[in-house]
Amino acid sequence: MQVHKYDVVIVGAGGAGMRAAIESGQRAHTAVLTKLYPTRSHTGAAQGGMCAALANVEEDNWEWHTFDTVKGGDYLVDQDAAEVMAKEAIDAVIDLEKMGLPFNRTPEGRIDQRRFGGHTRDHGKAPVRRSCYAADRTGHMILQTLYQNCVKHNVEFYNEYYVLDLLTVDEEATREDGTVYLQKKIAGVVSYDLATGELHIFQAKSVILATGGAGKVFKTTSNAHTLTGDGMGIAFRKGIPLEDMEFFQFHPTGLAGLGILLSEAARGEGAILRNSEGERFMERYAPTIKDLAPRDIVARSMANEVREGRGCGPNKDYVLLDLTHLEPAHIDAKLPDITEFARTYLGVEPYTEPVPVFPTAHYAMGGVPTNITTEVLQDNDTIIPGLYAAGEVACVSVHGSNRLGTNSLLDINVFGKRAGVAAAEYAKGADWVELPQNPEADTRALLDHIRTSDGGEKVAAIRKELQDTMDANMQVFRTADSLNQVLGDIAGFEERYSRITVQDKGKRFNLDLLEAVELGFLLELAKVMTVAALHRQESRGGHYREDFPDRDDENFMKHSMAYLDSGVTADSSKEHIAGIRLETKPVVVTRYQPMVRKY
Amino acid sequence: MSAVEAELPEPASKIELPVHLGGGGEIPTFDVTLRVRRYDPEFSEESKWEDFTMTMYGTDRVLDALHKVKWEQDGSLSFRRSCAHGVCGSDAMRINGRNRLACKTLLKDLDTSKPITVEPIKGLPVEKDLIVDMEPFFQSFREVMPFLVNRDHAPTKERLQSAEERARFDDTTKCILCAACTSSCPVFWTDGQYFGPAAIVNAHRFIFDSRDDAGDMRLEILNDKEGVWRCRTTFNCTEACPRGIQVTQAIAEVKQAILARQI
Repeated sequence: MQVHKYDVVIVGAGGAGMRAAIESGQRAHTAVLTKLYPTRSHTGAAQGGMCAALANVEEDNWEWHTFDTVKGGDYLVDQDAAEVMAKEAIDAVIDLEKMGLPFNRTPEGRIDQRRFGGHTRDHGKAPVRRSCYAADRTGHMILQTLYQNCVKHNVEFYNEYYVLDLLTVDEEATREDGTVYLQKKIAGVVSYDLATGELHIFQAKSVILATGGAGKVFKTTSNAHTLTGDGMGIAFRKGIPLEDMEFFQFHPTGLAGLGILLSEAARGEGAILRNSEGERFMERYAPTIKDLAPRDIVARSMANEVREGRGCGPNKDYVLLDLTHLEPAHIDAKLPDITEFARTYLGVEPYTEPVPVFPTAHYAMGGVPTNITTEVLQDNDTIIPGLYAAGEVACVSVHGSNRLGTNSLLDINVFGKRAGVAAAEYAKGADWVELPQNPEADTRALLDHIRTSDGGEKVAAIRKELQDTMDANMQVFRTADSLNQVLGDIAGFEERYSRITVQDKGKRFNLDLLEAVELGFLLELAKVMTVAALHRQESRGGHYREDFPDRDDENFMKHSMAYLDSGVTADSSKEHIAGIRLETKPVVVTRYQPMVRKY
Repeated sequence: MSAVEAELPEPASKIELPVHLGGGGEIPTFDVTLRVRRYDPEFSEESKWEDFTMTMYGTDRVLDALHKVKWEQDGSLSFRRSCAHGVCGSDAMRINGRNRLACKTLLKDLDTSKPITVEPIKGLPVEKDLIVDMEPFFQSFREVMPFLVNRDHAPTKERLQSAEERARFDDTTKCILCAACTSSCPVFWTDGQYFGPAAIVNAHRFIFDSRDDAGDMRLEILNDKEGVWRCRTTFNCTEACPRGIQVTQAIAEVKQAILARQI
């Protein structure tokens, strides 16, 4: 067993992890552990841009950006966090430019900006040009630029090291009011080296989780195969809560049948949605900003058109993204990649033909709860010293119940940077936490079980059935019945999962084993999402309950906090479903009282 | 590419759609055989071909066929993949003798009457099946100083760059480091010390960036005997690039820059 010692260990090398590494690497002895080579991370698939109120092309300010973020999130956003993000957005973009990011430019040579859904001038009056971009490959440029700067600063990477456990210790502590509680402390992580199959212990004073999302719980998704919620899963198993997991964003324009993302930038540049009757149907759902309404509203409107029989194609199961009124030269300059996706994967020429699209599972608004310094919370108020999270794995919460387009690239830069600084500063003054006895025991047991189990159940079959039921029952429209269906299905999958068999018995690059471990996280997270969705008897942002179609601020304007509660049986009271205990956490409201959300 | 364009006229609220629209009818299915180069030194030092036959759809890619094998026939088949739509660069492989991304190669575009051969990319040590050791590739990348170097006092706002200056290096910013180009290069196959096309592409991206001050240092690095002069202009790299980068042209521009500097 190899034991490594670093001041700071960063788990994940996407945008948030590498932004953190650039800060931490210059301040403390830092290692980045990543399941994938850094440049394979899904930040690179982001397309449309990163919003910041630079006001390079028209009047704008960060307060409007804050308001849009809060309203876009249907008032479940923690407003102090949204304010931090909108304010620091401006420096975050300038930082990237100085690191070399090749933004598109205005005729004056400034960073160009364009429109994006839900981003408006003066509190909703009209769309505003706020998104800084590099054609429709902004995420690619961010990922490459951050990796380039990691190379520049000699950041130490452990590539294809899959972190499978957080090493935490619980110590008795006393609160100011005299109550005794168990304080969690972080000692390091356990990781599995994919190339050799060996386990490695990394002892660290600070650990930053930056593992991204969990889109693979759904079938139709824009997410990479590797986005299996590992970071959320390992935290949850250690008793750390997950916040607002019922809120999952469905991006309106996935290529029909495939889920591949077509950026909202298409609509930002003037494309519109049409149904089978040729109608620009968003005029009915969001009369002011129409096709540039936030994603939850557009996705629901599309699904509703299909449900009411106005879908296109042989099965009437998608709508059309129409770019045909745009100049081909303009499309080539601003949207080269997504038009190529339409040609490559659907054989459609976007210059002359509208592109079949349907909502695709895109982004987890929820995740590991943190404060605005990115410190992870073990309950509503208590931080875990030395443990940080940033990016999609985390819930700060800046996205509330629906994230605005471009705010994820912003989130990873603003909070990734904060995490890197905070983790390194903490490590300077902190003592090592002693590793637990046999730190790798749980991980070894997990892997041994999977390797030797011979019940004959197949990982791929269970995963497919999970994804099918999630698409059918946990997508843009939900009811108590559909959610109970999912929970019943998951109970069956969990039983079968205990009897899986992997065919690959080797140590080198055993990706069969890897997929089996990932499925364990997917099952757990799908259950948390569904239990939280069942419990939230209202409709807000990305969570729409047909049996509770209105927002209910009185009872539900609060975050949900899901805890692993293995001591509770499946049939106990409503707050304890399927081994999960649900609590709530207040929303931080500063400037903006909730209003009816219209666009 | 002006920033504040004339406002577009509002598109019509309703249009007549052509009748055929979206009506692709049934997606055709067909049988395909993948002939995959297998290697796992844990069990045998020999590599061997193995055939897998399956029924696939007209919209499926080579990656879908590989997944079908792994998920339904042989879980030990090993390959890297992530995004599955050509932006992450994980799944470069040699398909019917040509380097491509498995997730961007539609089966229907290949000759499915014969087995489709799938091998690891060449010139890098094979680890297992289609997985190669990428470390030598990334080592070359790191050696060309693939990051912006600017010695001026940093302004408080962004550095200015005209749209024309930005366009000068646009093509080489598209690189996803998949290694399809480098591992298609006959020079790289015989001389592992050669920087290879991808490293030169990434040097080009900074050499021609108006904000960068380290062009001379990179040109010095690439003027090495293992640098640009090893390029034999076979255009394999350009043909292999899944992002459509004019790789050979980028290498030629670096060569010209070295010569121009020497004068």
